[in-house]
Amino acid sequence: MTTLLIDAQNVSKTFVLHQQDGLALPVLDDVSLQVAVGECVALVGPSGAGKSTFLKALYANYLVQAGTIGIFHREGWVDMVAALPHQIVEVRRHTLGYVSQFLRVIPRVSALDIVAEPLVEWGESLEAARTVAGTWLARLNIHERLWSLPPATFSGGEQQRVNIARGMIAPRPILLLDEPTASLDAANRAVVIELMREAKARGAALVGIFHDEATRDTVADRLFTVPLARRLDTAKELTA
Amino acid sequence: MTPILSVRQVAKRYGQRYGCREVSFDLYPGEVLCIVGESGSGKSTLLSTLAGKLAADEGEVTFRDVNGTEHDLLTLAEADRRRLARTEWGFVTQHARDGLRMNVSAGANVSERLMALGQRHYGELRATAGEWLEKVEISAERLDDRPSQFSGGMQQRLQIARNLVTKPRLVFMDEPTGGLDVSVQARFLDLLRRLVHETGIAVIMVTHDLGVARLLAHRTLVMQQGRVVEAGLTDQILDDPQHPYTQLLVSSILQA
Amino acid sequence: MNIEYNYGFLDENTKRMLRRGLLKAVAIPGYQVPFGSREMPLPYGWGTGGIQVTASIIGSDDTLKVIDQGADDTTNAVNIRRFFGRVAEVATTEKTSEATVIQTRHRIPETALKSGQIMVFQVPEPEPLRTLEASEVETRQLHAHQEYGLMHVKLYEDIARYGHIATSYDYPVMVNGRYLTSPSPIPKFDNPKLHQSPALLLFGAGREKRLYAIPPYTDVESLAFDDHPFDVQTWDSHCALCGSTESYLDEIITDDAGSRMFVCSDTDYCATHQQEAKQ
Repeated sequence: MTTLLIDAQNVSKTFVLHQQDGLALPVLDDVSLQVAVGECVALVGPSGAGKSTFLKALYANYLVQAGTIGIFHREGWVDMVAALPHQIVEVRRHTLGYVSQFLRVIPRVSALDIVAEPLVEWGESLEAARTVAGTWLARLNIHERLWSLPPATFSGGEQQRVNIARGMIAPRPILLLDEPTASLDAANRAVVIELMREAKARGAALVGIFHDEATRDTVADRLFTVPLARRLDTAKELTA
Repeated sequence: MTPILSVRQVAKRYGQRYGCREVSFDLYPGEVLCIVGESGSGKSTLLSTLAGKLAADEGEVTFRDVNGTEHDLLTLAEADRRRLARTEWGFVTQHARDGLRMNVSAGANVSERLMALGQRHYGELRATAGEWLEKVEISAERLDDRPSQFSGGMQQRLQIARNLVTKPRLVFMDEPTGGLDVSVQARFLDLLRRLVHETGIAVIMVTHDLGVARLLAHRTLVMQQGRVVEAGLTDQILDDPQHPYTQLLVSSILQA
Repeated sequence: MNIEYNYGFLDENTKRMLRRGLLKAVAIPGYQVPFGSREMPLPYGWGTGGIQVTASIIGSDDTLKVIDQGADDTTNAVNIRRFFGRVAEVATTEKTSEATVIQTRHRIPETALKSGQIMVFQVPEPEPLRTLEASEVETRQLHAHQEYGLMHVKLYEDIARYGHIATSYDYPVMVNGRYLTSPSPIPKFDNPKLHQSPALLLFGAGREKRLYAIPPYTDVESLAFDDHPFDVQTWDSHCALCGSTESYLDEIITDDAGSRMFVCSDTDYCATHQQEAKQ
């Protein structure tokens, strides 16, 4: 029997746009997904089908109206739908990592410290965490002269690599990846693929959205099509 | 984990009108909570009520001190409230002149709480004050300068040092970045983030700046017309706001 | 025109109010008791508080001594002494040892006080925290909750600025381990005389309308830091008139060329000392 790390059941999500007269947009309808130790699942489906929404729901970044999202945290299951905010913060810190496309810049903090922060939160000393952060930045081809600078002025690709390092440096058991290779060149893409493989090898469960099919086919063990909610027609009419 | 502060159905009235009402939440040790909303939404009233500066008219506020003893803040004797304010709480104000003694040196400002707790060794007080100035990125050489000689950002950092020197467990902050330039604000927020992490203090901060909430707060309460209309994880509130007012607020943020 | 005044100048009801206030002040050492300060025939700042206290306690069998900065012969001292000689028909003296009531501004006599004597201090500002906290509401709260960290802020500032506690008069004291109290603007040289004094010490602030007291044999501690303990003024020279090395000395400029001498501020003590030296 394989050990599950993610167990999402019957997840439904509808956006209600109050500024557009309470327009309701169902995006997820009864979606279930289980992910096991060491497994990488790629979310697929047409644009607007809810891949990103589902990934954010798994992270409890989006609220869902129905269903349960089980995350195996430390010794037992936590339902992210019902968990209290401080419990979610705790799950995210130790178990559930998220790598988004864009770095949400923290002003004035150096790239090195941005990357080191998750390890410091794990209890590492700042010095030790900085040393590890340096190896990650080097691996992702961020030149050492940039380490002490805040990444606000970096190029998009550099910011994304800082973000990947920050998101993956703490060996969390679950990683959610939202187009982690979107704006990377081939060489850096290869590094990120290698990093994801290493994460799987240590037993991490990965759920990702990969724009680039080659990357997806290289790392994903399984594709999961996020089913279309029964609303697409109305939504199209409304956005047309 | 038990909450450090439990708030149940708290209300504060000004005559017939409610300043804030039906506010309930739990705050856990080490948690940073932002209260956001526009001017007049009742967020500062709520903060002052929780900190005991205003007497609540309804509800219950329970504080658990370092020994786990529960204190009902609404019926607490003034002497006990002041003792908690000296030992377990801090209060950082928007205007430094309300939170600092402007005519005495930075060192005396930082040392005051220690002296109030009975520390009577000048050399040690001075050394501690110097350490705290460095912690808030003010050179220890400025120990004998008065806050009136400091910039706005330095004054706010000095307020932080003055409050944290006695290692409180809960710090109230009322728009601490309100009067600061954006560049100065960034430095202040970064410092605050680091100190909150290092000291493990719980913070309740009032701000009208959602960017500040995003950067600092684990959790956010959105207030409108005296009521909490939405509460939850900060990133969830900002990325997936549920209440009409929150959606309006989030959609009104200027993108830099 | 000849006006008849009540004994001791104040009417009996006013004296009763003052005595009640003083009883309360004695019962709560160091606590400031409000009272209805009256118009007196001299302006605020000239000792109206002290005069009202003296007027309420004085009797015809008392012997009154009045000093100003230690001297019996300054205008203010002479006038107040003559005033009570007239309205209270009391004997007056310049001898500390002979007096039963001593009204003072800014000094405590060098000659040790005895049990049964009463010192009356003229006080301009009874609130020791006033320069740091302007609000009376707040200072009362601070007293009520015994929150006196603020007073050490002032001493801290002294050391930070001058390297030592530079406050040299009106040096704050803790009375009976409870109330932070102003000893009135006496030099800190006199502070040790407050501690366990055999005499009753009464304080009156006319403009600020406050009475307070230090009963006989009460602990009075001058505030300080562990590493900057309380100390009193010392002089390299001795009194030019009596030769004393133990009394509080005033510096006197004697000519336009900057010549100076040091003499006892306590004129009675100095005169007695000179007398003894002659014999």
